[in-house]
Formats: sequence, structure tokens, C-alpha cells
Amino acid sequence: MLIIPCPHCGPRPENEFRYSGEAHIARPADPEATSDAEWADFLYMRSNPKGRHAERWRHIHGCGRFFNCIRDTVSDRIERSYPAGTRP
Amino acid sequence: MSFRTPTGGRIDRNRVLNFTFDGRAYTGHHGDTLASALLAKGVHLMGRSFKYHRPRGVLAAGIEEPNALVHVDRGGGRDAPNLRATQVELYEGLVARSQNRSPSLAFDLGAVAGLLSRFLPAGFYYKTFMWPASFWKRLYEPAIRAAAGLGRAPTAADPDRYLHRYAHCDVLIVGAGPAGLTAARAAAATGQRVMICDEQPELGGSLRDEPGAVIGGRASAAWLAAATTDLASRGNVTVLTRATAFGWYPDNLIGIAERVTDHIAMPDPNLPRERLWQVRASEVIIATGAHERPLVFPDNDRPGIMLAGAARAFLHRHGVLPGRRAVVATACDSAYAAALDLHAAGVTIAAIADLRANPTGAAIEAARAAGIPVRTGCAITGSTGRLRVTGALLGSDWVACDTILMSAGWTPSLHLQSQSRGKLRFDAATASFLPMAQPGQRSVGACAGEFDLAAILGVPVSGAISPNGSHTGLVPGASAKRAFVDFQNDVTARDLALATQEGFRSIEHVKRYTTTGMATDQGKTSNINALAIVAGQLGNTIPEVGLTTFRPPYSPVTFGTIAGASRGDLFDPERRAPMHDWAAAHGAVFEDVGTWKRAWYFPRGRETMHDAVARECRAVRNAVGIFDASTLGKIEVVGPDAAEFLNRLYTNSWKKLGVGRCRYGLMLSEAGFVWDDGVVGRIAEDRFHVTTTTGGAARVLNHMEDYLQTEFPELLVWLTSTTEQWAVIAVQGPDARALIAPLVAGIDLSPEAFPHMSIREGTICGVPTRLFRVSFTGELGFEINVPAEYGPAVWEALMAQEAPTRSPTPYGTEAMHVLRAEKGFVIVGQETDGTVTPDDLGLSGMIARSKPDFVGKRSLRRPDMVVANRKQLVGLLTEKPDDLLEEGAQIVEDPRQPIPMRMIGHVTSSYPSATLGRSIAMALVEGGRARMGSTLYVPMPGQDITVRVVEPIFYDRTGARLDG
Ligand SMILES: [Zn+2]
Repeated sequence: MLIIPCPHCGPRPENEFRYSGEAHIARPADPEATSDAEWADFLYMRSNPKGRHAERWRHIHGCGRFFNCIRDTVSDRIERSYPAGTRP
Repeated sequence: MSFRTPTGGRIDRNRVLNFTFDGRAYTGHHGDTLASALLAKGVHLMGRSFKYHRPRGVLAAGIEEPNALVHVDRGGGRDAPNLRATQVELYEGLVARSQNRSPSLAFDLGAVAGLLSRFLPAGFYYKTFMWPASFWKRLYEPAIRAAAGLGRAPTAADPDRYLHRYAHCDVLIVGAGPAGLTAARAAAATGQRVMICDEQPELGGSLRDEPGAVIGGRASAAWLAAATTDLASRGNVTVLTRATAFGWYPDNLIGIAERVTDHIAMPDPNLPRERLWQVRASEVIIATGAHERPLVFPDNDRPGIMLAGAARAFLHRHGVLPGRRAVVATACDSAYAAALDLHAAGVTIAAIADLRANPTGAAIEAARAAGIPVRTGCAITGSTGRLRVTGALLGSDWVACDTILMSAGWTPSLHLQSQSRGKLRFDAATASFLPMAQPGQRSVGACAGEFDLAAILGVPVSGAISPNGSHTGLVPGASAKRAFVDFQNDVTARDLALATQEGFRSIEHVKRYTTTGMATDQGKTSNINALAIVAGQLGNTIPEVGLTTFRPPYSPVTFGTIAGASRGDLFDPERRAPMHDWAAAHGAVFEDVGTWKRAWYFPRGRETMHDAVARECRAVRNAVGIFDASTLGKIEVVGPDAAEFLNRLYTNSWKKLGVGRCRYGLMLSEAGFVWDDGVVGRIAEDRFHVTTTTGGAARVLNHMEDYLQTEFPELLVWLTSTTEQWAVIAVQGPDARALIAPLVAGIDLSPEAFPHMSIREGTICGVPTRLFRVSFTGELGFEINVPAEYGPAVWEALMAQEAPTRSPTPYGTEAMHVLRAEKGFVIVGQETDGTVTPDDLGLSGMIARSKPDFVGKRSLRRPDMVVANRKQLVGLLTEKPDDLLEEGAQIVEDPRQPIPMRMIGHVTSSYPSATLGRSIAMALVEGGRARMGSTLYVPMPGQDITVRVVEPIFYDRTGARLDG
């Protein structure tokens, strides 16, 4: 069980959290202005890297807040976390 | 005949304990294990092997024991199979049985498999049970089930309790042998929070087998006693014994199984049987020692053949001799220590056969000085004896003996380190893989390849023999036949050779094909020998072949320990609605809906489900029914931007919804598919009472929070789950208003003042209420929301109403489903499956196209979402009114087409309708709305049901009944 550093609460065990997919997939400001391909890209295409992965977690059994993490998908190590809406 | 020494050992000779093994009565002493107590009576035969049912004795003295697996029965459902006799501590009245034999250990019919062993080669299961498929059910599976498996699983419920504990520490030391104790004392001295665990009943590990060692001028027993006392006296140290660290999990979480009462005859009933510790440690120091390797030679598995170190352990811990006349076969100096100690205890050492051509050192000199015949460059190549070894083949000599002690050297225990994905390096000199330190973890002592006591303890040590020398793989010049490598899974050197000859190259494949190392002992005694044999066959080195990855658990953990308190009612706790007890008291039959128990129907007298549901539906259509709708998800959406927030989350428009009004809301996923629905009432300008589907409450709140926090953080909105704060009583039917009117105060219930799709606040029975005028049945209806704890009282007050209407009829979820289907109302999750758009459901009217954006809006224009032939919701009427379609049944255009037929849709809902006097169904069908009036078919076993496509609304198309 991982220890996940919530930017608001500090390090907590993984079972307090819920995974929420890749981070920094910004919802287009004007969805109606996007092409079908651009919108499909936003909906479905994810980077799935081998290595450093920016991803979203929610501290659902804690402060309830969504935040971002950098996790290495090879070693499963979490490098750092930072609040939603910010950059690493 | 006793094999107990007159003195010595760590047993309490004043405490005699009675026990039985296979029904025969024996005695032993406090401090014995089942294995040592049986050995003290000269009993070596303790099990039959897995595949060939060969007679087996005890091989090891600890957790690595592969052969002596027993079933311990404490009575009353307290029985445990597959326990290692070397770990079962003796207590008064212990009842143990051997396993995998029929009818008895000495005479086992299954042993015929041993005679057929040349027909049971490596990969036997893969090769034999291949074809034809029908043989599996009738022949192979019953045969395998009868023959396979070691112990027999208990059948009664386990009456014992198991607990989970969580702990944090700075340093966790796994293993309390000399290295672990030294590390623990060093860590404790710095004031850190220290935990140390050991699988044995007492601390000391291998030090207990070195009574002759002198440590810093003190006898080893005195050193050990002082170390134990020192740790126990420190407030910052927690010591766990009988506690096996079985698994490493990320970020230094260690799973430890502590056996609390298994060694006690009459345990305190307040104690759990076992505890699962989940320990999070900043640093883990692995001090798990090493396991001795057997020599691989033909018939190396006869009772009376054991590891040299095991014999030494039985002698020094329990005062037990393995026999009278022993042959010691070795490639390692530590076996000389065993030979010398047993020699001193009166055992005749017929010979030490050392594989090494020219072994030198103090151990060899001491053996020679003691007059023990030492044969160097001498391989053991066979044994004889049936239920007990009677001779050893040394070169060409048969040497009579009743015991063979063997040692091929020691294998560091890498299990925890390997589980943590720690890196290993291969040390050719000792033919060992050794662990490399990583952040937050290091290995010390024998598991790190350091066997020298003085180096481990950091003080001068005399009187101990270091285990120099090793051998891996088959003994030179020996046949591979019946030369066992993995004793527990009955894998021989020949099986491994055969696997490589058949083309298996990867050690992971050889492992799976031969099953070597895959038994419950996790290959503790077999891995390195197997690797060496495979490497030799392939012409590779051991590091080139590579070690297989160890996985948790290190040794078997009971299901009880893993489950802890999560059993019975607590396994998957059920949620009960506020009126649950009333429903139960009035004969309701319940169904599971998500985690909720919901009243399904309320049978009266001898009514069938069909009768009860029909009566409940008629009551709602003709008079009034009441229904516990409390499981609906409820979210209070509050804030100056609440309406704007809902505008972005739902397809409908919310800005113009007046205070006191309600609207049916449809929510999409960003991909444009129906995600949830429910009625939303506006309580105030900045306050909405949102309802969700019963199963969707948590998911919808998470969805809302996600958008609020990450996409629309500028909106001032707060979300609160209120699902369990409100009891909801739906009152539905033409008499609904008359029923509630006498109880309601502060709300004008007249149709003009309180129209359909409105919400009012007032009181009912004096209790504050949010009263919704809504209908999920098509009848005049109200949903009474009251604080949850008042729910039962209001419900009972409604049930007690006799004027001006008759008392209402309670109805359950089945009638609710029928009533809504008659009206064509969809249920998200029943009519939808995550791939259904609003238009597919005929709900395009719910989309506020004027809104610039809402979640899912853009997706509705994607090409696949507007393609002509999408599946659309339709009604189906069977040609014969009594035919009832099966939900999930597939729909075709032509039932005579060849199989596989082209399926164009499926039935989503189907019920007998008492109101209509016939069955009704809804379905999703390709291009369904263009098929109105056409005929389709539902092929079922034995018949094709003919159906007509109709609008998905079967009753009161104009909605006239909503006003009662
Ligand atoms: Zn938090």
C-alpha cells in the first residue's frame, strides 16, 4: 500500500485515496469550437508513459480534495504531489 | 524407546504434555514442537508426499519444512490443515493427524502413484489432461480433485476471532537471530521507535543452536538472555514473537501474522487466535537468516534423512536425538558441528561423507580428533529403507544407519527483499544470491551472506563453526531419478532435466511446467538446487538463468487473519433504510440494491410474489400506496453560483427554475452518455435539493466535486451529501392528497397552490418536511422528506390514517418498477449501460440547446453519436399477452436466419402488468423509432417469441392522472 502525500493533509495511506486518471488534461475552454478529432483526443487519448506520470488523485476519505501527483509507473514511487490547478 | 537426551535443550522437563498423532497417544514436554515430540519417540514418518505419496519424515526444524504437514483439530470447528509439525507447539491435549494418506501413513494406497512415477513426469498435468473437453468434467477433474491438494479444508465455520492491528515505527527488524538482535539493540539505543518480530516462540534464532559458543566471554545462552531482557526493558521497543513477516508492500508496509493462542491448551476467550499487523516502518532491517539446502541424490527423501542443521536444532532446543547411528553427508562445515554435537550426545556417527576433495579447517580437525571417520571427495548416491532409512550409499559402500544428515550449504532467505523488488547480486564463492540495500531497507546477517558470528555480533566469539563450503544441484555421479529437489511438490532432478530437454529455457517457464518452488514452502529448500540443475542442463551459469521472483506470502497465512473482523454481518455491511424495521415486521421480502436492503414486496397470507406485486400496483392505480424511497441519493447544492453550477452539470436549464419548483434533471458524462438522473428542487435562490439514483449517489457527488474543484473552481458552490439525513416516503395514487392532508400543516395542498413538480416546506405530524409533489408512477404523488429519525413515526402515522381514505398500501421496489415501466420512465443502469445517449432514450427534449456548454454537450455532435442506426428505446408487446420476455434477451429481425444471428437489440425491462392485463417490455433496438408497428423476434430455448414494436409508454399517455 503506497503512501500518498496529500498536498493539504500530508502523507497518508493509499486506501484513503481514489485514483482519477491522468493530470493536466485541460477541458477546452470552448468545447463547441473544437473539431471532432480534437474533442476525441481530449476525451480518450492518454499518454500512458513508462516512467514519470502526472496523475490525479482524490483524498476521498480525508479532505476530499483532488490534487496531482508525479508517480513513476515503473518503480511505483511517488516523486511529489501538488494542488489541482498548479504545475509541478 | 526414547530419543530424548537425559539433560539439555530448552524444554521444561517437569511439564509433561499428552497429545495424539493419528489417534495414538504420546507424551512430550512444554517447549516441544509436534515434530520434536514425535522424534523423541522415534517417529520420523509424518507425512506422505504430494504426487507419489512417498513416505516422508521431517526434513527441517522450522518454517521451511516441506514434508511434515499435519492437520490439527481443536474441536468445535477449530481445525487447521497443512501446519508444519516443526512449528506446531505442543500443548496438553493436542490432536494432530497426518495428511495425504489412505488408510494410514504406513500403508497408503495412494503410494501406487509412486510405482507409476515414470508415467507421472514433469508437465504431467499439461500432457495428460488435454483432450477431449468433455473428459474434464466427468473424468479428469474428479480424479485430480480426489488426488490433489494436501490437507483437507475445514467444513464448519471458524469460531475463532481474528484482529487487525496497525503500527508505525522508525525501525522494524524482521528476525531475532544474532543479527536481528544486534540491529535491534543498536536502534533501540538511539531512542528510535523499534519493532522486532520473529516467527519463533522465543528470540535467538540460530544462536539457540550454538550452546558451545562463547560471546565476548559469556556463554551464548547468557548473552541471549541478556539481549532479550535488554529489549524487553526498553519502552521504545515492541517485541513480537510467533509473528511471521509474510509480505512486503510498497513504502515499507510489512504484513505480520502473529499466532496468539495456537500454542495454548485453554486460551483466554478474550484473545484473538491470530493478529494481522500492518506495520509501516521508516526503515526495515531484514535479518531473516538462511535456509539449509538438501543434497540432491536418489532417494534423498526417506524418513530419517534430514538437514544437518535441523538435527542440531532438535538436539539443542528440544533435547532430542534423530537416531542412534547417523551418516553425515555434506559439502559444508556446519554439518561437522552437527556431527560433533550429536557425537557428544551419544549418537554414533558412522561416517562424514564430504563432497569436497580436500576440506580443511577447525571443523574437520575437530571431527577427526573426536574419532569420527571422515571420507573426503565422497559423494552420497543413494539410500535404502522403506518407512525409515536403513543405509546410505557412499561411493560403492553401503553404510548402515538409521539417520542421514545432509547439508549442501546455506541459502540466504531473500523472500522479503525480493518481494520489495530489491536488487540482488550473485556471489559465486558461496553460490548465493545476495541482497543489495535500497532506500529504507537493508539486510543483515546470514540473509546478507554474513555467517560469521563475531562479524555479526561485533564481539569476539569462540566455539562456533562458520558454515564454509557449499554445493548446488545434483550430487556428482548420482542418478537424477528420484533425486528430489522440491520435496513438497515432488519435483526431481530428472523432471527438471526433462523440462529443459522439452525446450523450456526460461526459469519462470520451467518453474510453472514442473511446479518446482510453487508449493506452500515457496521453494525455501529447493530454489537454488533447481536453478543449478537447470543452469547445468542449459550450459549456463546460475546468474544467467536468474532467480524467480518471490511473492507474498512468505509462508501460508490463514484466511481468518486476512479477513480479521470483516466476516458475517461485517463482511459487506448492509445499509438499511429508516423504515427497514417496519417493513421487516410487516413481512417484506427484501432485495439487495447496491449496498442497500430494500423492501421488494409485501406478501399477505399465502400470496405469491406475482400476486403481491399485482395487488400493490392496483392499490396505487386505484387508491393510494406508500413506498420507502429513502435510498435515493441526495445532495444539497448551495451557494451563490449553485444554479450556474447545475446549469453546467445537467443537460437542462436551471437559471429560470423558480423557488419552490422542481425539474427532472438529466446528467451526462463528458463523453455524452447518460450518467445519472433525478428530480432537483429549488429550495431558495442559492439552494437546491438534488436527488440521484440509489446506486449513483457516491459516483455523482464525486463527479460534481471533480468539476467543481478542477474545472469550475471559480464557482462559489458547496456540495453536501444528505442521503442518510432524509427519510423519503413516496405517497402515490389518486387518494394521495386526501391521505396526507390531515397530517400536513403550513402547506396549501390544493392543485393550484401546489402543482405537479413543486416543492414546499412545512410540517407533517409536526415534523419539518420538504414535501415534493412528484410522481414516478404516473399517479398523483408526493414524496415526503423528513429528518431520517422521524421517518418511521411519520410512516406509521400515514399507515394509521383511516379517514377520509382507507389506509395506504405499502408497496416495494418491484411494484415501483412495474408502475414506472407502464409509464415508460427509464431507470439509469437498467435502460442504460454507459453507452446510451439522451436521444437514444427519446429524451432529446431534455437538452437545453441554447446553453453554450454543459458537461457532455460537445460529445453529442460526435459522428458516432448521431449515426442513424443507433439503438433506441422502444416498447415491446408480445404477440401472446401472457408471454413474458426475459430481461437481457436478444432481439432479431428474422428468427430463421442461420446462427450466429444478427442481433439488433436487447430487452431492458419486462414485467407482467396487472393494470394492463398483459406483459410489457422496453428494449433498445437499432433504429427502433423507425420500426414502430413492425414485428421482431426474441429467440429463446424452444421457441421464438414474436413481439410488436410500440411507443415506450403503455398507460395514460396524456398524463391526465397526475392531477388525481
Ligand atoms: Zn487531504
